[in-house]
Amino acid sequence: MLGLEKKDTSLLIVVAILTMCAPFILNPFPADSALAQFNAGYPDLMQRFVIFGIFAIGFNILFGLTGYLSFGHAAFLGVGSYSAVWMFKLLGYNILPGIFLSVITSGLFALLIGYISLRRSGIYFSILTLAFAQMSFALAYSVLTPLTNGETGLQVYTSDPQYFHSDAMPNIPHLFGQEMQSTYTLDAGAWSFDFNTGYYLCALIMLGMFYLAIRIFRSPFGLMLKAIKTNQTRLNYTGLNPRPYTLAAFVISGMYAGLAGGLMASMDPLAGAERMQWTASGEVVLMTILGGAGTLIGPVLGAGFIKYFENIFSKINDTVLHQWFAFLPDGIEDFLIAIVHPFVGKGWHLTLGLLFMAIVIFLPGGLVEGGQKIARRLGLKKAKDETPAATDTTPAE
Amino acid sequence: MDVIILQLLNGLDKGSAYALIALGLTLIFGTLGVVNFAHGALFMLGAFCAVTLQKILSLSFETVDPTKTDFLGNPAKIKTPYVESWFGPELGSSIIDWSVPLAILFAIPIMIGVGFVMERGLIKHFYKRPHADQILVTFGLAIVIQEVIKQFYGANPIPTPAPDMFKGSFDFGTLLGFDPNVVIYPYWRLVYFFFAALIIAAVFGFLQFTTFGMVVRAGMADRETVGLLGINIDKRFTIMFGIAAAVAGLAGVMYAPINSPNYHMGMDFLVLSFVVVVVGGMGSLPGAVLAGFLLGILESFSSMNEIKQILPGIDQIIIYLVAIIILLVRPRGLMGRKGVMED
Repeated sequence: MLGLEKKDTSLLIVVAILTMCAPFILNPFPADSALAQFNAGYPDLMQRFVIFGIFAIGFNILFGLTGYLSFGHAAFLGVGSYSAVWMFKLLGYNILPGIFLSVITSGLFALLIGYISLRRSGIYFSILTLAFAQMSFALAYSVLTPLTNGETGLQVYTSDPQYFHSDAMPNIPHLFGQEMQSTYTLDAGAWSFDFNTGYYLCALIMLGMFYLAIRIFRSPFGLMLKAIKTNQTRLNYTGLNPRPYTLAAFVISGMYAGLAGGLMASMDPLAGAERMQWTASGEVVLMTILGGAGTLIGPVLGAGFIKYFENIFSKINDTVLHQWFAFLPDGIEDFLIAIVHPFVGKGWHLTLGLLFMAIVIFLPGGLVEGGQKIARRLGLKKAKDETPAATDTTPAE
Repeated sequence: MDVIILQLLNGLDKGSAYALIALGLTLIFGTLGVVNFAHGALFMLGAFCAVTLQKILSLSFETVDPTKTDFLGNPAKIKTPYVESWFGPELGSSIIDWSVPLAILFAIPIMIGVGFVMERGLIKHFYKRPHADQILVTFGLAIVIQEVIKQFYGANPIPTPAPDMFKGSFDFGTLLGFDPNVVIYPYWRLVYFFFAALIIAAVFGFLQFTTFGMVVRAGMADRETVGLLGINIDKRFTIMFGIAAAVAGLAGVMYAPINSPNYHMGMDFLVLSFVVVVVGGMGSLPGAVLAGFLLGILESFSSMNEIKQILPGIDQIIIYLVAIIILLVRPRGLMGRKGVMED
C-alpha cells in the first residue's frame, strides 16, 4: 500500500491507529480515581507527544541514517516557532502560512548551517552545530530583539497588523475557522476523553511525516545515507561524494524541526529563545537514542516516553508518595519516600539522566532493541530474523 | 590605552577559567581519547567543594546570652561557630574567612577520587565505542551530577565570598602612570589569574620533568608501543584522568567567589571550553591554554562599548564565530598536531 512494503505498511497502520485512538489509550483510568494522575490524555500533553515525535523523526533522518550527531537541532525548532508567530502577527491567526513559512525558513537556515558544518565530521560536526545553535540562542536573546522580542518571547499583540484577519475568524490560532484549542470532551461513565482539534491536526501531520520518513528510509537516497554511516571512507573510494547526500539529510531534518516548531507555535502562539538552547537540542538527542536511533518507530516512542514520564514524574510529590505507601508501617513508609523523593517531582531530570546513561551503556539500540531482545528471548522471533540492529556503527574493516 | 589594558585584564580571569577547563578536557582527550561532556560538571563540583567547606566551617551552636535581648524581649541567642570555640575567636573567624583557599586542600582529594571513580566505573567501558556514544554517556552523567547537586544545594546561586583581605580592587593604573581609579582590578581576580598560571605551570612541569609525565607523554603519542614496553599505561592514564578532574575542580573552587556557584554553571562553561579546545587544537595542551586566554581576552574586548556600537551583540557570539572560522580554515586548531582528528 502507498508504495510501502508489507511490514512498513502494517507499522504505519499501527502508528495511525495508536495516534487516532490516543485520547482513549492515554486515559485508561477513570477521571476521579487515584490513578488519574497517570492519565496523559489531555490536549496539551498529547499535542506535545506528536510535535516532539515529528522533531525526533526528523532528527533521526540525520543522526539515525548518517550517524552525524547534531547538537544544535533546537535552533531550527526555534526558527520555525519564530517564523510561525511572525505570520500570525502579520497575516492573521490562520496557521497554514505560519507552518509553511516555518518549514521554509528553517530549511534555508539548515542549508546555511549544514553547508558549513558538514565540511567536518565526527566530534567537530557536533561542536560546530552546537556553536551555531548557541550563537542563534545568544543572538535571539540579545541583538535580534526587534525580531524575537528577546527575553519576553515573541507573541501576538492586539496592535499587530494581521492583514488578513477578519472578524468572523476566531482570535486564536485556527485552521479556516477550526480553533486549535477547541476540545470536545466525551464523558463515558467515570471516564472522560478529550478530543482536541489541534492534536488531531498535529497527529495527521505526524502521520504524513512518518510516512515520508519511511519512504526516505527505504529509498536509494536512504540507502546512500546508511552507507555514509557505515563507512564513509569506502564510499569516497567508490567515487561518490557523500556531501550532497548528508546536506540533503541535514536540510530535511532541519525542515522537520522547523515544522515541529511551527506546530508548537500554532498550538500556543508563543516563541521564546529558550527553545533554541542546547539543552533543548540535547533533549531531542535523548529522545532519539532512548527510542532507538536508526529505527523507524524508535524516535516516536522515545519522544512519547520522555514527554509522558516528564509529565507524570514531575507531578508526583510527597503527598502522592504518602498515599502510595500508606499501607506500609510508618518507619518503612518514610524510608521509602526518602529514597524515592529525589527522583520524582522536581528531580525528574535526575531520573532522566540515569535512564539515559543506562540506555547508552546497556542498550545502545534503545527501547526498540530492548523490545527485540525481549521478543527473541520469548522465542517469538525465529533465529534467521536476527538481523543485526540498524544502530550498528562499527565500520566494516 | 587605559581601556585596552582594562579589557586585557578583564579577559585574563575568564580566560584563566577557560584555559584550566580546556586543559583538563585536553588531558583527557589526549590520553584516553575520550570526549568528556561531563567536564563542566567537574568544574561545578569543585565550586561546590568550596561551598561545602564554607558551610562545614560555619556550622555553629547556639548559646543563650541572658544579658542581651532580641527585639521580642527574649534572651538573645548567639550563634558561635564550632571552629571559633575550638581555635579561639580570632583564629576561628579567620579560618572561616579563608574557607575558599582552604577548600583547595579539601577539593584535591575529592576531585581526584571523583575522577578515579568516573574513569574506572564508566569511561573505561567507552574507549572502543564511537565518539558519539562517549559524548552521549558523559552528557547523561553531566545531567545526573548537576541534578544531584541541585537536590542538595537547591537551584539558587550560593554566595561564597573570598577572604576579606582580597576584597576591594587593586589600582593597577597607578603602577603604569595612569590617573588613580581608571584601571582598577579586583584582587581576587588577580589571585585567580596567578593561581591558574601556577596550576598550568604545575601540570606542564609534571608532564615535562618527571618520569611519570614522560611515560604519559609517550603514551599520548603511541599508546600501544608504550604498552608493549611493559608499562601499565592504563593505570597512568587513570591517574591523569584524576589529575584532569582535579584541575577542573580547582578552577571551580577558586571561581566560586567570582560568580556565586549554581548547579548549571558547569554546563555554561562546558560549551565554551569545548570551543576553546577546538580552537586550540584537539589534544594539544599548549593550544588549549593559549586559546583559553586568547578567547577570554577577545571576549572582553568585544564587550567594549565602542565595538558594540559598530557590531551589536558581537560579545555574545565572538567565541563561536572564531571557532567556526578556525574549524573551517584550520581544522586542527591553532597548535593541533597534524593528522589528529582532522576530518
